[in-house]
Amino acid sequence: MTVLLTIGTGKGLFLARSDDDRHTWQVSGPHFPMTAIYSTAIDTRAEPARLLVGITSSHFGPSVATSDDLGQTWDEPDAAPIAFPDDTETSLERVWQLTPGPADQPGVVYAGVEPSALFRSADGGRSFEFVRGLWDHPHRPQWTPGFGGQAVHTVIPRAGDPDRLLVAMSTGGVYRSADAGASWEASNKGIRAYFLPENEYPEFGQCVHKVAGNPARPDQLFAQNHHGVYRSADAGESWTSIADGLPSDFGFAMVVHPHRPDVVYNFPLHADGRRFPPEERCRVYRSEDAGGSWTPLSVGLPEQPYYASVLRDAMACDDAEVAGVYFGSRAGEVYASRDEGERWQLVAAHLPDVLSVRAAVVG
Amino acid sequence: MRVMVRLPSALRADCGGLTLLETELADSATLADLFAALAAGYPRLERRVRTEQGELRRYVNVFVDGEESRRRGGLAAPLHDGDEVHIIQSVAGG
Repeated sequence: MTVLLTIGTGKGLFLARSDDDRHTWQVSGPHFPMTAIYSTAIDTRAEPARLLVGITSSHFGPSVATSDDLGQTWDEPDAAPIAFPDDTETSLERVWQLTPGPADQPGVVYAGVEPSALFRSADGGRSFEFVRGLWDHPHRPQWTPGFGGQAVHTVIPRAGDPDRLLVAMSTGGVYRSADAGASWEASNKGIRAYFLPENEYPEFGQCVHKVAGNPARPDQLFAQNHHGVYRSADAGESWTSIADGLPSDFGFAMVVHPHRPDVVYNFPLHADGRRFPPEERCRVYRSEDAGGSWTPLSVGLPEQPYYASVLRDAMACDDAEVAGVYFGSRAGEVYASRDEGERWQLVAAHLPDVLSVRAAVVG
Repeated sequence: MRVMVRLPSALRADCGGLTLLETELADSATLADLFAALAAGYPRLERRVRTEQGELRRYVNVFVDGEESRRRGGLAAPLHDGDEVHIIQSVAGG
């Protein structure tokens, strides 16, 4: 079994490959040096798998590149793969998310971008169309950028129903469409926005950091907020807290197991005002009952005080039968577990700050 | 008129490895016209330098005969026969 791990950093893309059931890893890179890689995707619907990378050069702007040979060569169209239409008078700042559609939507890839907007590709991520319905939403003038920017960072298409989509943005919150993106409704019922003291439960304006779900149980979703950890049992219509049992309700990452929809991974940080792991201990938290209880996982992780955070897309699972779990930190370290989080090993160290990781079985 | 465009190494892959491009333009051409001409022949090069709204990217500097183009009116800067246009990334990043 060959597993590929994409590691997007602040200064380029690194690839880690394991051919021995994730016992050892060979790391290559940097690809696209001196660009920030906020988004990567491994589209295993294609044969061979297609890699997609959202690149941001601080000088030469954003773009999307693809590889059909697992990163040996890269291709980038002449025309900008993602561009705002003229009438928006807006330019693309960054591609925060690349999400291949479900197996029953071949060729479909979504891109969540900064400033907050959604694009859709029908050709596997080579070119993207603007989803105007979200841009035209009357709430848009009131969406406001957080520290990281004003971006759609999460896109969840629904298997079996190509009309249904969920996006999340910081800040703005969760929005859902039931008509393929033509119209959208805010979907933040139960999510607290403590930073809005006049109304802590607004219709929108929440700072959602990540939403995740398992396609096999599409109505069950999990959200990590800028303070607040939530589960939805009704596809995002309403949310209830599942933060009890975590040492903190602050963090960025939220990952759901690829085969067990009730298994969730999280990397808590102490608080907005103290963005270090609780007790300065490097620990992943796992729930096996959809957030009812949480267990710290730390075997193989650093035992000395740890101060690095894990960003919203810097944690992921692969899709192996026994799932691998991966995270990268802002300290430039990447850890992998080949047994669903029980034990961890260092895959790479001394990289630039890790912004995104994705992993999949590719052979 | 003819204008020479000198490119930084970071952009050479976007124009077939060239370091210097010679471009034929109308006599009244501006910097914007130059980029429009480049977009026709080297679209990826052009979008590295300008946004999709046609604005110069913030951390790209374009010098016209040694003077930063923003001091000459930016993309409206007039060009003249024999001008050398030098594209350089500015000092940015960490």
